[in-house]
Amino acid sequence: MELRLAGVTKRYGAGVAVDGIDLTFASGRTTALLGPSGCGKSTVLRLLLALATPEAGEISVDGRPLPAHDIEALRRRIGYVIQDGGLFPHLTAAENVTLMARYLRWDPTRAAKRLQELATLTRFPADALARYPNELSGGQAQRVAIMRALLLDPEVLLLDEPLSALDPLVRTELRDDLRGIFRSFGKTVIVVTHDVGEAAHLADVVVLMRAGRVVQQGPFATLAAAPADAFVTAFLATGNGTRVPEPRG
Amino acid sequence: MTGTARAATLVAPRRRRGVRLLFFQVAALSRSARERLATPERSEGVWLFLKCVLVALAGAAACNGAHDGREVVVGSKGFTESVILGEMVAALARGAGVRVEHRRQLGGTEVVFRALETGAVDVYPEYTGTLTREILRNEAAGRPLADVLAGHGLRMSQPLGFDNSYALAMTEARAAALGIRRISDLVAHPELRLVFSNEVMNRGDGWPGLRAHYGLPHEARGMDHDLAYRALASGGADVMDVYTTDAEIRAYALRVLTDDRQFFTRYDAVLLYRADLPARAPAVLAAIDRLQGRIDNPTMIALNARAKLDRVPESEVAAGFLAARVGGAVAAPREHVLASIARRAAEHSALVGLSLLAAIALAVPLGVVAARRPRIGRVVVGAAGLLQTIPSLALLVLLIPLLGIGSPPAVAALFLYGLLPIVRNTHAGLVGIPESLQISARALGLPARARLRLVELPLAMPFIVAGIKTSAVIAVGTATVGALVGAGGFGQPILTGIRLDDFGLILQGAVPAAVMAMGLEALLGAVERRVVPRGLRPPR
Repeated sequence: MELRLAGVTKRYGAGVAVDGIDLTFASGRTTALLGPSGCGKSTVLRLLLALATPEAGEISVDGRPLPAHDIEALRRRIGYVIQDGGLFPHLTAAENVTLMARYLRWDPTRAAKRLQELATLTRFPADALARYPNELSGGQAQRVAIMRALLLDPEVLLLDEPLSALDPLVRTELRDDLRGIFRSFGKTVIVVTHDVGEAAHLADVVVLMRAGRVVQQGPFATLAAAPADAFVTAFLATGNGTRVPEPRG
Repeated sequence: MTGTARAATLVAPRRRRGVRLLFFQVAALSRSARERLATPERSEGVWLFLKCVLVALAGAAACNGAHDGREVVVGSKGFTESVILGEMVAALARGAGVRVEHRRQLGGTEVVFRALETGAVDVYPEYTGTLTREILRNEAAGRPLADVLAGHGLRMSQPLGFDNSYALAMTEARAAALGIRRISDLVAHPELRLVFSNEVMNRGDGWPGLRAHYGLPHEARGMDHDLAYRALASGGADVMDVYTTDAEIRAYALRVLTDDRQFFTRYDAVLLYRADLPARAPAVLAAIDRLQGRIDNPTMIALNARAKLDRVPESEVAAGFLAARVGGAVAAPREHVLASIARRAAEHSALVGLSLLAAIALAVPLGVVAARRPRIGRVVVGAAGLLQTIPSLALLVLLIPLLGIGSPPAVAALFLYGLLPIVRNTHAGLVGIPESLQISARALGLPARARLRLVELPLAMPFIVAGIKTSAVIAVGTATVGALVGAGGFGQPILTGIRLDDFGLILQGAVPAAVMAMGLEALLGAVERRVVPRGLRPPR
């Protein structure tokens, strides 16, 4: 699935979250949306899921504009992991993962088989499947969220800061696992992150954003070797965006 | 034809008429309310729904053994004399082979009169003074009372014989010593100390009028009625106001002074009945005729004293009088204490259960709508809050023309009171769901209804159940007020106990009601553990 934003602008109140952006996410590639917090990365994901409507520009899927109706069918072709995981506290890990199977009235054996596959893929302990989210560790919760996003075997996987809430040891472990998952998944992946290391480690292509615009995009090595401007240099040098000053004026 | 057979042929058409009337009235009410409020189109559906719920409730409650299904319904007001007279009418009608139900101690003149007008009650004891001074005061001036009543589809019997009006009284000993028999005799004794209840002190037709009418030289003081009896007995006061049939007149050996210049309005006891009663149940009317002129003031005082001071059940007091003076009565079957507690528990549970289920059925959807549409939400929560501020007796009286008496108005009132906690908690539970969960549910591709069913309602469940618990406990307590409109339940012994100053009787209602509230709370706690998953419960 190829996703495309052409001249898209999205405002929230007085502020501009995304400012006339042009972006293409090619099929089968892993892209990292990188940038300081508040630069519009998360908004791009919400626009792609039609969770937010742009004020200007066009969003298209495989060359066709986002449908105005039957948006649910499109969303089922896209997996989404929200920043804090978004696990439903009233459902066990297994029930969270298979919620859509229940809604779509899958045969229980089919759902159980798919659950097993996903637990293996995400290296999630089988005995923890019966636990509720408040009984899981942070890393386990993220794995459940990823399993839930992958249940319907989507063509695209969107992850919003999948590692930010984890402590460093768990973070490294899950990061490595994520790379394995993306490889075996072999489809379009978009990861939102403010961490340069994560972007470099996970993505084929890095899109560096600032204040709702794209500053530079390409393989991480290209950005590192030929930064487009001083912001790129500074952002890559700090390892994450938190200490890069915003442009003045 | 036997009584039972007649009952069967008579009941069927009556019930149909009642239901049709009900539909008409509900439709009329909602129409006028709509016009008054000029509600926007969207709330049309809510009105329709509310209308359906009310009609359904009334239907369910009517099947639950309310005012229909009996040939004749006797009513009485919430004081001992009225209950005794009601028992007499019921016993005589029973003796005439008619199936009778006595809806005893209804909550006041307004309630019983409206019940009579709407056909929920067929006959009840009333006083001429109450009719001309209170119920019909706007139309009764200068017209014969019978004509005014005919305009309401009602008739009135000949006076039963006693007059329960205001009067002045002294202890027999003091009055005899001073030779006082009439109110005008007081003029010669300016040293006497007069004490009156506050209503008599302040009303124009009370002490100020009386004083001017007789030219009395005294200064009077206000005093609580019960204290005044004791003041007279201890010699602390000499003259007080009484109702002329008060049981205490016998107990304190008082002499009622003759109103020789006719100042006080007459409150002749009569039986008020529907104009269609003679045609429907001629035997009952014949029985009523036999009471006319048979009960004089001393007799009524004695009967009141038997019930109030000697604690003899009203049905026995009535039966004793009828056996001695009238004949042809059949007493109601007596009920064991445990059997009556069981019956009241069943009535109470039906009131609470029915109203609670209906409240849940309406309040949860309303809470959902309120959460989805903030503007409607404010209106809905505000309206439910407004309902809560209507005093329960006022609400019941408002509902009588619509639903009659017995359990239907009580269920409807409890239903309306039950709405607020559930609506508010459902709303709060849904609005409080974290944004990330709402977005996750949408991003999964679940349509709105599935999100509600699979995610939002389950997440709001702890709040909803808490709201239902609150409503349930309120309903158990408030249902006791239902006894004021003849709905039965644990309120019945409480009312009787208050009326007779019988603490044991009050406990017979209050204790089971408290036990029921706790039981329901425990039951709902068990339900809560079932419907609220472990993941939503606070960690141990």
